[in-house]
Amino acid sequence: MRSFIVEAVIENKPLAKDPEGETVYRDLITKSGYEAVRGVRSGKYLRLTVEAKDADEARDLVSKMFNDLRIFNPVVHSCRITVRMNVE
Amino acid sequence: MKVAVVRFPGSNCDLDVLYVLRNVLKVDANLVWHRSFSHNDFDAVFLPGGFSYGDYLRAGAIASHSPSLPTVRKMAEEGKPILGICNGFQILIEAGLLPGALLRNSCLRFVCKWVSLVAENDRTAFTQLLQRGSILRMPVAHHEGRYVNDEEGLRELEENGRVVFRYVDESGKATEAANPNSSMNNIAGICNKEGNVLGLMPHPERASEPILDPCGKTDGLLLFRSMLEFLRSR
Repeated sequence: MRSFIVEAVIENKPLAKDPEGETVYRDLITKSGYEAVRGVRSGKYLRLTVEAKDADEARDLVSKMFNDLRIFNPVVHSCRITVRMNVE
Repeated sequence: MKVAVVRFPGSNCDLDVLYVLRNVLKVDANLVWHRSFSHNDFDAVFLPGGFSYGDYLRAGAIASHSPSLPTVRKMAEEGKPILGICNGFQILIEAGLLPGALLRNSCLRFVCKWVSLVAENDRTAFTQLLQRGSILRMPVAHHEGRYVNDEEGLRELEENGRVVFRYVDESGKATEAANPNSSMNNIAGICNKEGNVLGLMPHPERASEPILDPCGKTDGLLLFRSMLEFLRSR
């Protein structure tokens, strides 16, 4: 077994407004002159340390667990999972 | 007739609900720790407001995995009345007993104020004594109360009369200004298909004695009384 870092970013789907991201974009970034930034979406970040035989198994385990435990609400959230070797 | 008020770690409106049941309505009501909740003893259950598990992950998300929730679900299937108030509503949503999601208020602030609500369904276990279209006043106090659902989910709720309470102005209009958290369709409370499970963000227990209401009314008490009427007629 090897150790993997699985990172999950949960954010609102377009149907659910993101007032935090909108405020950061409108009242901080845009007003500070960073015109190249065209939008911000805020979200929740979870970082898991997982023992698995390979990256695919680590991803599958976390995906299943996220669905089983309803770590995100599929009606309003999307969830993006990335996996990398744990070298820490 | 025996009613349970389930206390989770972080509940803080449990004693208010218990007070209304015991002292105002003289009902046999028990405060029950969520890990020792058994449906066999109770005819109805209240999930009170508060900040269960510190609102970590999402409000109600961790409490929805409490060992009490299978019991609540079984009681719901048996047609027993279940009321989720504020954090209790969030728990019912996260447990899948009610559809949709409750997200952070659009204003990004904790909102604590009295609001007006229109009662749109007078057939649920908690609204039998209300008249459809009547306007009630209750306080809200929350940070994550913005009701969101997808188009199909909203249509299902609206077409089947499952939107029980809507934020309105004093004349009964569902305006943007009357909506404290930017809930879709001004939704303040919804019920399940059968009408025995109701969740709402406003606090009826804080509007159940004249001394609590700036107008001296007791609109919140109607929900409790409706439940008692429902239980008597069962």
